[in-house]
Amino acid sequence: MTRLPPQDGERVDREREVTFTFDGREVTGLEGDTIGSALFASGRRTFSRSFKYHRRRGLMCCAGQCPNCLVQVDGAPGVRACTEPVQEGMEVEHMNARPSLEFDAMRATDLFGGPFTPPGFYYKTFIRPRRLWPLYEKILRHAAGLGKVPKEQAEREWRTEYRRRHADILVVGGGAAGLSAAIAAAELGADVVLADEGPEPGGRLLAEGNHARARELTARARDLGVELLTSAPALGAFDGLVPVWERDTLHQVRAQRIVYATGAIEQPLLFPGNDLPGVMLSGGAVRLATLYGISPGSRAVVATVDDRGLEAAVALLARGVEVATVADLREHGNSDAMKQLMRQGVHVLRGATVLQAEGRSSLQRVTLGPPGAGEGGAGEHELTCDLLAVSGGSAPATSLLAQSGARTRYDERLGHFVLSEMPEGAHAAGEVAGSGSLFEAERSGAVAGAGAAHELGFGDDESRARVETERKTVLNSRDGMPEVAVPPAVTSSRRGKCFACLCEDVTAKDIHLSVEEGYDSIELSKRYTTTTMGPCQGRMCQLPAVRLMAEETGTSLADVGTTTARPPWHAVPMGALAGRPFEPAKRSSMHARHRELGANVLWAGDWRRAYDYGDPRAEALAVHETAGLIDVSTLGKLIVRGPDAGELLDRLYPNRFSNLAPGRIRYGVMASDAGRIMDDGTICRLDDDSFYVTTTSSGAGAVYQWFSWWLADWRLNVHLTDVTQGLSAVNLAGPRAREILASLTDLDCSAEGFAYLDGKRADVAGVPCLLLRIGFVGEVGYELHFPSAHGEHLWDALMEAGGPLGLRPFGLEPQRLLRLQKMHILVGQDTDSESTPFGAAMPWIVKLDKEQPFIGKWALEKAASGELETTLVGFRLADGHVPTEGAVVLPDGDGPVGQVTSARFSPQLGGVIGMAWVPVSLAKDGASVTISDEGRRLQAEVVTKPFYDPDGEVLRS
Amino acid sequence: MSYVLTCPNCGPREVTDFGFGGEVNPRPRSDPSERELGVYNYFRRNVAGVQREWWCHRSGCGAWFYAERDTRTNEVLLTELPEPAA
Repeated sequence: MTRLPPQDGERVDREREVTFTFDGREVTGLEGDTIGSALFASGRRTFSRSFKYHRRRGLMCCAGQCPNCLVQVDGAPGVRACTEPVQEGMEVEHMNARPSLEFDAMRATDLFGGPFTPPGFYYKTFIRPRRLWPLYEKILRHAAGLGKVPKEQAEREWRTEYRRRHADILVVGGGAAGLSAAIAAAELGADVVLADEGPEPGGRLLAEGNHARARELTARARDLGVELLTSAPALGAFDGLVPVWERDTLHQVRAQRIVYATGAIEQPLLFPGNDLPGVMLSGGAVRLATLYGISPGSRAVVATVDDRGLEAAVALLARGVEVATVADLREHGNSDAMKQLMRQGVHVLRGATVLQAEGRSSLQRVTLGPPGAGEGGAGEHELTCDLLAVSGGSAPATSLLAQSGARTRYDERLGHFVLSEMPEGAHAAGEVAGSGSLFEAERSGAVAGAGAAHELGFGDDESRARVETERKTVLNSRDGMPEVAVPPAVTSSRRGKCFACLCEDVTAKDIHLSVEEGYDSIELSKRYTTTTMGPCQGRMCQLPAVRLMAEETGTSLADVGTTTARPPWHAVPMGALAGRPFEPAKRSSMHARHRELGANVLWAGDWRRAYDYGDPRAEALAVHETAGLIDVSTLGKLIVRGPDAGELLDRLYPNRFSNLAPGRIRYGVMASDAGRIMDDGTICRLDDDSFYVTTTSSGAGAVYQWFSWWLADWRLNVHLTDVTQGLSAVNLAGPRAREILASLTDLDCSAEGFAYLDGKRADVAGVPCLLLRIGFVGEVGYELHFPSAHGEHLWDALMEAGGPLGLRPFGLEPQRLLRLQKMHILVGQDTDSESTPFGAAMPWIVKLDKEQPFIGKWALEKAASGELETTLVGFRLADGHVPTEGAVVLPDGDGPVGQVTSARFSPQLGGVIGMAWVPVSLAKDGASVTISDEGRRLQAEVVTKPFYDPDGEVLRS
Repeated sequence: MSYVLTCPNCGPREVTDFGFGGEVNPRPRSDPSERELGVYNYFRRNVAGVQREWWCHRSGCGAWFYAERDTRTNEVLLTELPEPAA
């Protein structure tokens, strides 16, 4: 077993075991373990296979920074094993290796494929013959990749939520600096949110021996009311909004001030074999030992460029790990850690680093020596070991800051990019701002947190003065930064692959090649080699790539610069970004009745509508023969009221409404200022000052917005009320509709008393209704609008009264057939964004002599004087085939000149009818047009008047 | 794109609460030439800088109002309702 004796401050509970499976086999870990630590404790060293070469990769950072431990958990790919807590029964699988993680056939690409897989190889090796590319692509896709998204998912069991959080201050990062910043700001009274990636706040405090302090600060922050989000990485910075992903919730945090305490990322060194399992970052080795009580190896070698590696060596020794040798690239230095190592008799090589790592399936041997030494050079030491702890310096995690507008510059002394310019409203604290030690990080955090709070007006003169003094102390202390040796781009020229980018398997040689091929800027090289574009988002590879580029191009790192930081900074499931699917369903007040009647219910926009009740043809015939009832509650309904109501409508519609008599109805087609049809509906004048406007079902919202927009601009004395939801509506139509209606109301329903296009108010079955005598379906019909609360009652009353007379409910599909027989257009179905009322064969609706400069007037004037190209007509087909909507109209076999917009078989007319756009020359009764539909040629006859009751005698009767 | 817009009726809200009406594009007074009409219907100035535009508080009070916004930074300088009719 690799478990150490219990460690002070460890996160695991040794009393509680957790069992899960890895590739089908049971693994037992401890409560508090991550998948990575539990697997490592069980003896696993290979965690994944690399992207391109399928090389073994093991734990390296143990902090969710590198790509080495990506696994698939319960079907979800791309999970970082080293940070994901174990849960009882979870199913963990490896990714990107076939047939198994231990034996991966694609390993051949590493052993033999070197010359064939340079950067961009898929554009070079696999490009000829060109026609085979689709096949190559399939194979390559299969070979590379990061796990598999299951093609099917049973019922979606998890939901993700958006949460908007407005705060005074957001602190990103919960290490020593972040916690202190949150505390300082909260103490001054600010509303603070703190987001930390780790399962427990504390950052380096937790792993580097001061866990008690971490827990003390966390408790203090919590007591002060700071909202602590854990396992919650910030994904990016967007115009002041920071999305924070916490399990199933995406917090959209908008804070007036943001304190970035994002820390620094420990960097790898570049040497042949630097990706072997057993080569870890020093912080990773220490985290395994400290947080999870696991021995990261039995015999360790440490290679470092700064004190962090020395401190790691001390920590490993203290936990009983043998440290064979420490190679410190610095020639001098006598820090506390160095003194301790000396005292304990550890062999230390100064001015030396790691030149090569070797081993079969994991690390067995390293060579140490002065950098740049070739094979067999002087001062070389070969050592057997199973752990190499590397500390290649640190890189401040400036990515989120850069996204919000910060700039960085290269610091020669520190060997990395430091912040040089801060955006407004942002503060930086801790390692990202150059405060390296934990003590300094705490102090700089407190200054940043208090500073941010002061900017928002919290605190008083005294607290301001105190923080100002502190700020100076913090700035001064940064000058005393410990010595760091800047490592060379690559430590040796020995044989073997030397990885600059672990995510995408890009070697130092690949970057050399890319520069040779002319990709000599960091942004070009990035796109060509894909370095920094993998799951680590540049954490492990940005600085090494810049170093290599500087060396290859003979320029300085400052000249090379960094690549642009882009979101997401942390990998996030697409589901978390999508949020909860928010699809509100609208149901009419009579919906339950449709269900009871066995309706086929389908979506129509946001609405759930009865498509038919099982037999659409019979339902349509019932309307012609007896009577039908359809729920048309989805129609948009507006009340336009006020002294200028008529004026408003005259300006919005091409025809006239101000002269409409109260109690009368007129059809209206609304056009845009480009003269294009936007919507249609009927308008009934209720009295001198008010109109009742109906719109299409799908256009209801847009028409209300359109009306209110122009009203805001014109400032007419009109009030708009949207009653779409408040009122329900049914259409009762057919030869016996009058009889049915008359049995439920005192209203005179005779043809004379209630004529076509009359609108009346009356009680029907005791319900106050607005009755519109209109004829969308072609028979005598009454549209009843009434308060939604009475929906079921009125439906029942009508069905009861009409049942003995043959009344049937009819759905949307029969209604579409019935309206097609009458050649009534459906806006959006028979018209598109280019259609004018002239093209749609409704020139009579445009009143160009109207005094108002109505919307669309000028464009329609021009259209009226110009020649139409195509126009909407009806057609009849001899053939029984119903053409697809969208089928092409051919004039004489040449190119398409129009298309079919609607087509149905009409049992009433005994044939196929439809509407189509055709050239104007063909728009006359009896003309013949050819319709090409999925390989068939159909001969159709043009009809320009309604198919059913062309003169409207039935309708008006 | 993400920022806060202040509805003159309701106060500050996330921009996703609002409908965008585009830059203020006055309608020609009367009888425009074909070119004027084309420019009005299809051309926008698309300035990189402060622009006066229409917004509608779609998920709120429903009011249309003006905003002045810097299109480079999304800084909203002011929002106001149209003057009431005289």
